[in-house]
Amino acid sequence: MARPIGTYSKPGSSKANKTGSWRTEKPVFLHDKCTDCRICVIVCPDGIIFGADKIYDPDYDYCKGCGICAKECPVDDIKMVPEVR
Amino acid sequence: MRNLETSTEKAPKPKKEKEPVVEWLLAAGHRACSGCGEALGAKLVMDAAGPNTYVATATGCLEVFSTPYPESAWRMPWIHSLFENSAAVASGIEASLIAQGRDKDVNIIAQGGDGGTADIGIGCLSGMLERGHNILYVCYDNEAYMNTGVQRSGLTPFDARTSTSPSGKLSWGNKTNKKDLPAIAAAHHIPYVATATVGYPNDLMAKVKKALSIRGPKYIQVHVPCPLGWIHPSDMTIEVAKLAVLTGLIPIYEMENGVVTKVRKIGKNRRPAEEYLKVQGRFRHLFAKGADAEEELEKIRQIAEANIKRFGLV
Amino acid sequence: MRKFIEGSMAVAEAVKLCRPHVISAYPITPQTHIVEHLSQMVADGEVNAQFINVESEFGAASVVLGASAAGGRAFSATTSQGLLLMGEVIFNIAGLRLPVVITVANRSISAPINIWNDHSDAMAIRDAGWIMLFAEDNQEAHDMHLQAYKIGETPEISLPVMINMDGFILTHAFEGVDVISQEEADSFLPPFKPAVHLDVKNPVTMGVLAEPQWYMEARCRMQEALYESRPVIKQAARDFKGKFGRWYGDVIDTYRIDGAETVFVAMGSLIGTLKDAVDDLRGKGEKVGLLKIRCFRPFPGQEIAEALKNTRRVAIMEKAFSLGASGILGDEIKAALYATPYRPEISTFFIGLGGRDIPKSSIVNVYNQVKAKQQNNVFVDLKTELVK
Ligand SMILES: Cc1ncc(C[n+]2csc(CCOP(=O)(O)OP(=O)(O)O)c2C)c(N)n1
Ligand code: SF4
Ligand code: SF4
Ligand SMILES: [Mg+2]
Repeated sequence: MARPIGTYSKPGSSKANKTGSWRTEKPVFLHDKCTDCRICVIVCPDGIIFGADKIYDPDYDYCKGCGICAKECPVDDIKMVPEVR
Repeated sequence: MRNLETSTEKAPKPKKEKEPVVEWLLAAGHRACSGCGEALGAKLVMDAAGPNTYVATATGCLEVFSTPYPESAWRMPWIHSLFENSAAVASGIEASLIAQGRDKDVNIIAQGGDGGTADIGIGCLSGMLERGHNILYVCYDNEAYMNTGVQRSGLTPFDARTSTSPSGKLSWGNKTNKKDLPAIAAAHHIPYVATATVGYPNDLMAKVKKALSIRGPKYIQVHVPCPLGWIHPSDMTIEVAKLAVLTGLIPIYEMENGVVTKVRKIGKNRRPAEEYLKVQGRFRHLFAKGADAEEELEKIRQIAEANIKRFGLV
Repeated sequence: MRKFIEGSMAVAEAVKLCRPHVISAYPITPQTHIVEHLSQMVADGEVNAQFINVESEFGAASVVLGASAAGGRAFSATTSQGLLLMGEVIFNIAGLRLPVVITVANRSISAPINIWNDHSDAMAIRDAGWIMLFAEDNQEAHDMHLQAYKIGETPEISLPVMINMDGFILTHAFEGVDVISQEEADSFLPPFKPAVHLDVKNPVTMGVLAEPQWYMEARCRMQEALYESRPVIKQAARDFKGKFGRWYGDVIDTYRIDGAETVFVAMGSLIGTLKDAVDDLRGKGEKVGLLKIRCFRPFPGQEIAEALKNTRRVAIMEKAFSLGASGILGDEIKAALYATPYRPEISTFFIGLGGRDIPKSSIVNVYNQVKAKQQNNVFVDLKTELVK
C-alpha cells in the first residue's frame, strides 16, 4: 500500500529543510589552535560539525548560528561573525 | 560522529576531503530553535542508543520540530502518538516485538518533555515502570511546556516566571518546587534511575549506554535549557546547564535499585545560586531591589543547599 | 465445536483463534469477563500472546496502538467510561491507520452512573474513523472477530475495527455457540502483514505533524478508505458464509422485508427481539419487516435507502441519541434517503436506555403508534409522571 498521506515520513528526510537560512551570525572555524578535542562536534544541537585531524567545519546549509560551538571551544578557535548574504 | 564516547577520543585520520561524513542519528534540518537544549539532548541520546532502537515520543517541541510532514529528522523507527502516552506506546511496542520474536538486540526508548512525563503522562509512565518492561524512558526537562508557549509544569523550578506562573504584584512566579520525579521513578523498584544534563554531554551518553545495558525499566531525566523559554542567549545553552549543576540546583546522580550510587560532585567549583539565576530572563524579577526579593533569593539558595546536603555534592 | 458458553467466553475464544500478539485491557463492567477469560487463556498457555495489565483504559488503548505499530496483531476490550477514557487514543489509532480490533460491551454513559446496556458509548466516538460493527447475538459476535481482523488488515483499508455487542444482554448470556476450530480459523484469517510498521531494518517515522497543506488530504484518504471498506466488509461476510455457512448480513441485513409497509430499523441484540415481534405481527396479518444495521461505520446509506425504497413507514429504534439534537441513526437514515427519490414516513424512537427492558409489547406499542401517525424522537416506555 502507498503510505497514507500525512501519516508516515522517510527517516532523515528533514535534511530537505536547509536551516542555514535562519542564521544571523556565522561561526568561522580558524583551524589554528584546535586541539582535536571535538567538543564543538558534540555540543552542536544540530549535529552538523564534521571533520577530523584538527580541521572541523560546520555544514552551513544547516548551521543556525546559535554560537554554542564558539562559546564552548576551549581554545577560542571558532569566531562568530555577522552573516552577510 | 556516531557512538562517540568521550570528547578526547581521536577520530581516524584520513585526509580531510576524504573524511566520510558520519551523521548523527538525529538528522539536521529539524526546526528546533537555534541553540535548543532539547534538540542537543535528543541528538546525544539517539547516538548513544544507536540505530537498533525503537523510539516512542510524546507530543511537545521535540516531536513538533522533528517531524513536520513529509520530513522527519529521525533515522530509527520512530512513532509519535499523543502527549501523555509515549510510555504506554513503547510498552506495546516491546510486547509486540517479544511476541513476534523480534526483541533480540534492540533497544526501546520512550521519551517526552517534562510536561509529557511528570504531569499528564505520569500515569502511563508509572504503568510502564511498574510492569517491568525492558524500556528506557528519557525525560527532556526544560522545566515548562515550551511547545505551547512556556507554561509551568510540575518540573518548573521555584519562582521561575512562565506564562501561567507570571511574576506580578502578588507573585514571584512559580509557587512550587520541582516535583522529585527521579525519586518517584525509583519508588517503582526499577534497576536504574539517573539525572543528566546537556551541560555534561559525555556523562549523558555514558548513562544512556549504561541504562540500555541493564534489563528492565530505566528512567533518565535530562536537564535541557531552552533559550526561548528561559530567556538566555542561544550560545549560553551549555553554560546555563553547567551553572544549574554547579549551583547545586540540579543534582546529577545515579540510583541503582533504589540507592544513590554515584553523584557528580561540585566541590570547590560550587557557584552561588544567583550566578545561574541572573543569566536567565525567567528569574530577572528576583533581582529587583528590596528585602522581598532578597527573601526569595534566599529561598532558592536554601533549595540548592538542601540538594547539596541530600546528595553530598561538595 | 458447539459449546454452551457465556457471550464473553465466545469473544475470548474468538480472540484466541485470531492469534493476537498483544492483548491489553482494563476491567470495567460488563466487559470484564472478556479480559478475565483471555488472561486465563494466556496464563494457561492456550494463547501465545503478551497480556499487558495496565493502569487505565487510556493505557490499554495506547499499548495496543504501539503493539500494532510494531507489526503485531493487537486486541483490547472495553465499554462506556472506559471507551470514553480511551477516546483520544481511539481517534489516534484510526489516524495512524492501525488495524487494531477492540470489542465494546456496549453500556450507557454516566451521569447518572449506570452499568447497563445501551449504545451511548459507541455513538459518542462514532466520528473517530473506526469501522464499527454491531453483533446481534453471541454467535455473530464470535464470528465477527475473525472477519474484523480480515477487514481491518486488508492493506488498502488499514483501519481499526470496533465490534459492538450489547453489555450483559449478550456478554453475560449463556448460549450455544459453534466455536470455530483453530485450523478453520487459520485458513480464513491469514497472519497479519502490516502495510507499514516500525522496524529497525527498515525505519519509518509514524505519527508526524501535518500542517494545513497536508491535514485535509490525510483526512480525505481516511474517508476514502472507510468507504472502500464497504466492499471488503461484504466480501468478508460472503467468504465467511462460504467457509462456515453462517450469514448475518453484510453491512445490513433484512428480515421479512418483502411487501412490508412498515419496517423497523435497529442495531445489536434488539434485532433478536424485533424478529420475534415481526413474526408475531406478520402472524396477525400486519405487513411488517426488519432492517438490521450491522455496519454503522462506514455508514451504509445507499444500501439502507435501497432496502427501504418500497416501504411506507420506517420505525427507527435507537439505544442512544444526540443530546440537544436528535436520534443519530434516524438523522443519518433520513440524510441517506434525501439523496434518493424515496420518501417513506420516518418515525424515531429511543429505546432501552440504561438497560431498560424491551418487552415485545413495547414493540407492538411502537408499531401501533407509527401506524396511527408519524412519531419524532419518542422515549419508549418513559415514565411520564417522573419527568413532569
Ligand atoms: C491532551 C493534550 N493536552 C494538551 C496538549 C497541548 N500540548 C502539546 S505539547 C504541550 C506541552 C509540552 O510540554 P513538555 O512535555 O514539557 O515538552 P516541551 O514542549 O517543553 O519539550 C502541550 C500542553 C496536547 N497536545 N494534548
Ligand atoms: S553555530 Fe550552532 S548550529 Fe552552527 S555549527 Fe556552531 S553549534 Fe552548530
Ligand atoms: S522552544 Fe525551547 S525546547 Fe522548544 S525548540 Fe525552542 S529552544 Fe527547543
Ligand atoms: Mg518542557
